Amino acid sequence: MFGRDRSLTSLLNDTFIRGILFQALIAIGLFLSINWLADNTLSNLANQGKTLGFDFLTRTAGFQISPTLGTWMLDYKVGKSTYTDVYLIGIINTFIVALLGILAATVIGFTVGIMRLSDNLVFRWFSSFYVEVVRNVPLLLQLFFWYFAVLRAMPSKREKLELVEGVAGLNITGLYLPAPIVSDGFIYSFLSLIGAIAITFLVRRYALRRQAETGQILPMFWIGLGIIIILPVLVHYLNGSPLDWSLPEFKDTGPKLRQGYQSGAGMVLVPEMLAVWLALSLYTAAFIAEIVRAGILAVNRGQTEAAYALGVRPNVTLRLVVIPQAMRVIIPPLTSQYLNLTKNSSLAVAIAYPELVSVFAGTALNQVGKEVEMIFMMMMVYLTFSLMTAAFMNWFNSRVKLVER
Amino acid sequence: MKKLSFLSALCGAAMGFGAVASANAATTLEAVKAKGFVQCGVSQGLPGFSNADDSGKWTGLDVDLCRAVAAAVFGDAEKVKYSPLSAKQRFTALSSGEIDILSRNTTWTMTRDTQLGLNFAGVNYYDGQGMMVPIALGVKSATELDGANICTNTGTTTELNITDYFRTNGMSFNLVAFEKADEVVAAYDAGRCDVYTTDRSGLAAQRGKLTQPDSHVVLPEIISKEPLGPVVRQGDDQWFNIVRWSLNAMINAEELGISSSNVNMKKFQSKLAPSVARLIGKEGKFGEELGLSNDWAYNIIMQVGNYAESYEKHVGLNTPLKLARGVNSLWSNGGILYAAPIR
Ligand SMILES: N[C@@H](CCC(=O)N[C@@H](CS)C(=O)NCC(=O)O)C(=O)O
Repeated sequence: MFGRDRSLTSLLNDTFIRGILFQALIAIGLFLSINWLADNTLSNLANQGKTLGFDFLTRTAGFQISPTLGTWMLDYKVGKSTYTDVYLIGIINTFIVALLGILAATVIGFTVGIMRLSDNLVFRWFSSFYVEVVRNVPLLLQLFFWYFAVLRAMPSKREKLELVEGVAGLNITGLYLPAPIVSDGFIYSFLSLIGAIAITFLVRRYALRRQAETGQILPMFWIGLGIIIILPVLVHYLNGSPLDWSLPEFKDTGPKLRQGYQSGAGMVLVPEMLAVWLALSLYTAAFIAEIVRAGILAVNRGQTEAAYALGVRPNVTLRLVVIPQAMRVIIPPLTSQYLNLTKNSSLAVAIAYPELVSVFAGTALNQVGKEVEMIFMMMMVYLTFSLMTAAFMNWFNSRVKLVER
Repeated sequence: MKKLSFLSALCGAAMGFGAVASANAATTLEAVKAKGFVQCGVSQGLPGFSNADDSGKWTGLDVDLCRAVAAAVFGDAEKVKYSPLSAKQRFTALSSGEIDILSRNTTWTMTRDTQLGLNFAGVNYYDGQGMMVPIALGVKSATELDGANICTNTGTTTELNITDYFRTNGMSFNLVAFEKADEVVAAYDAGRCDVYTTDRSGLAAQRGKLTQPDSHVVLPEIISKEPLGPVVRQGDDQWFNIVRWSLNAMINAEELGISSSNVNMKKFQSKLAPSVARLIGKEGKFGEELGLSNDWAYNIIMQVGNYAESYEKHVGLNTPLKLARGVNSLWSNGGILYAAPIR
């Protein structure tokens, strides 16, 4: 009796066996829970007379979606477009605010973060104020604030504020810009732009090598700009300019309701989108600013002093000595901020921007009632976006990380 | 020791799952009785239908239905907890079991009955969709609305009807669909849209939230049928019956002339019309057949009132909504309100 007990104890104390035992237990537990969840879901659905399935995706959707990049790209038409189109529109609209938001938040965040370390008192004061205010107010409130602030500040639907006479203007219904109308040959102009960028990269490589060998610096910025502008423009015009613009059209005659910017002419960025973009960028920028500040402070002061001692100018020191080293500290938390921004874009449903949660989990879900499938599809989108961002940032991180010699 | 407690935690978790599973199998009535209140899904604030005052007390025509069910089940109309839901969230909240009843100006449609796995227990307000425009726009009829910007809620029948209406009339429009009703009103008020569209009762209820309620008109067109009523999950007939008959009891009480002010008297009266005696539980076992006590309807009438009382108190001509009974009158008064008899 004693002996058996002891051998059981010693068996349980054997790390190898114990490891296997507990892993097996956890695996069984996990399996049972998943099984239980799935079983329960199916029987609960069956109770309500529902089944699982994705056939709803081919059905046509019977509701209007406000004009956005997604509806324009998929040429959304009520009664023709399907729930798959609705899904894609949601994805595109989410993607575009996330992308624009990430770009703007990065620029603002880096600027504010660097300003916080500047010697200029006003800069420092302003950026501290910005960071403290913006990151301490809930994002949803900021979303409402910007949306209704933007709405109240705009001229009414039957008035306009012209930014460029006859070309761009805005009022409460949105920002009106010329819309590109692409014809057949445009693809060559586009390809030549890509080519120009590739050539610039090659030239830059050559310039760096030359600098390393001879110490001479080529004015790379101007050379690059020249190539990137001149080549595509040349191709474009030689090809007979296969790109037209549709300009916004404003009417102030006729019945009152029809006055204002006309739909179908030019392109419109709806105020809902602008507000989401503004709120997401400004909010995330406050966090990025702190990350940047921390990153720069993490670089040993001796690095800056050494650069100054060699006679390197302050802005060049910042750009070529401090920031590259700070990047190693900045990138991992920066990635989390990008992921946050993407996920936060789902708050946009509150102010009528037709992103994924709004059109797919809102309108469409209430039409077809496939909660399990649709929420799953939606989660997959956010997951994919997040993994893509993370993968890109990991790649970027491995490029900038310190090369140990 | 540590390992052992881990093991027991695992067993405990497995048992926990078992417990949840069996609770799931219970009927809604049992579950409601066990927790001691009815969880009712309502709007996030639609005056007259479901609205919370400053002290957090919910009132309204839709709220009265939840109170009626609580009165029927517990003999106490106060045993209700409310979940304010946006139009977008409401059906998921109901299917997932978060709420027991959805009583939130919800339109009975075939899709919701079939694809969404829900059951409408009846109609407590017959409505139709209307449109509101600023008077200054000079529009007299919905047929002049070609090219309009229209504000409304996501996840509603409103979104679909307006699309249908503009398509059938060959007109174009832009839809701006918000999750919450307050933002719809605020955006319309700021001039983002030319038109605010929703159920006509909703327009009457929300008008008061505009900065200048009197400078807007509701256009004459009624573009849809919106029978609004309480909703339950499919698959629990007993609970469905309780909700349906709580509503029917209120309507029948009005028809039989029984109200909160005279029901107590009737209870002690010896000579009663048989229909009244059945309603207030002095004859037959109607309550027991529902799984309740026989004074279920008596409690509803005593504590909540009959349909007319509830209507006049919350949405009638003496309220800010000023909604005339109209089609919501009893069938015997020229309306279409018609409840199956208790017998
Ligand atoms: N009856 C329609 C519309 C219901 C609806 O959501 N109406 C809005 C506007 S009146 C509302 O109740 N809002 C109140 C809220 O969101 O709390 C439906 O069932 O789809």
